[in-house]
Amino acid sequence: MAKSIVQEFTKGLWQEIPPFRLVLGLCPTLGVTTSVENGLGMGLATTFVLAGSNILISLLRNIIPAKVRIACFIIIIATFVIIVEHLMQAYTYQLFQTLGVFIPLIVVNCIVLGRAEAFASKNGILPSTADGLGIGVGYTLSLGALGAVREILGNGTLTIWGDLGFNLASVFPSFQPFTFMVQAPGAFIGLGLMLCAINAIGD
Amino acid sequence: MGYFELIIACIFVNNILLAQFLGNCPFLGTSKKMETAIGMAMAVIFVLVLAGTITWIVHIFILVKYDLVYLRTIAFIVVIASLVQFVEMFLKKSIPALYAGLGIFLPLITTNCAVLGVCVLNIDKEFTFMQSLVASFAYAAGFGLALILFAGVREKILLARVPKPLQDTSIGLVTAGMIALAFYAFKGMV
Repeated sequence: MAKSIVQEFTKGLWQEIPPFRLVLGLCPTLGVTTSVENGLGMGLATTFVLAGSNILISLLRNIIPAKVRIACFIIIIATFVIIVEHLMQAYTYQLFQTLGVFIPLIVVNCIVLGRAEAFASKNGILPSTADGLGIGVGYTLSLGALGAVREILGNGTLTIWGDLGFNLASVFPSFQPFTFMVQAPGAFIGLGLMLCAINAIGD
Repeated sequence: MGYFELIIACIFVNNILLAQFLGNCPFLGTSKKMETAIGMAMAVIFVLVLAGTITWIVHIFILVKYDLVYLRTIAFIVVIASLVQFVEMFLKKSIPALYAGLGIFLPLITTNCAVLGVCVLNIDKEFTFMQSLVASFAYAAGFGLALILFAGVREKILLARVPKPLQDTSIGLVTAGMIALAFYAFKGMV
């Protein structure tokens, strides 16, 4: 049993890592990853909602009538989204402002509803928690990685929690940032190329 | 801002798909064929105009009036989900031809973040009722435009020989990036 819970957790980190293996939840992936910090913040908010809704749905899975389950899932998810919205507004206001409309939009992030429907509604509380956390951590890592790539190429810097961790210009003085990587088109192209790299490694 | 500027801004400058990144799952999912792209575009225009105006009314006359603004997310998603269900039943009964045309795309719209996104944006930008109506329509039209353009390009890509790791979604995203680059030229126009 213990082994399978570990497996449920680790499958989210590579085998089913969103958004690369499960092509879901693309909007926040593209929208907020202009820097590592935003990517990680969005990932953590989504992880909280994923884990919370997975736990509650797996507890209630025998009570919720099958016919209205999707509506019930959405309301449970929306409850957690409101909680995270208010927590972020209170404690990380700057990040809340930057992420903007994408915080309420966690409700319609297909990953969350997808895990609720495909996993939590069929499994017990422990595997569901592990699944939610695993997928959430995988999502956070992906968003952080994409954010890092875009920030380094587009801005020449890497900022983590307000500290300038790394500046490319100090290593390569002649480096010119590709500004377009932090703009809209760079998001699509960056994600497309990362997906290509993951496919190539996977094969 | 006049209505004309608002329309141009919502369709081109702040294109919902390519500049605001909302509704990207159906963008990639339904753009493999021109037919499905047109069906999705029509369904989004139809639902978004209704949802944009109704959530505005709900926000002003229920949430603000009774001081319940903190419940906005949950209220809006419930409104959208029931609206989609209602529209589906209504069309099935009264306009079967349109219902058959929209088909599977109607129920999928509940989880299209462009719909909830535009409703929230309308409120955040403090639009009046008419502005919300116009903006919802223009955002939806921008969604349709980008989706149909993208489907056209994607149909051509099917004929090209793409390296294996790049196939399908990956090349789709890179193509979308190129189209976004074209739309990026509208930046700063309004």
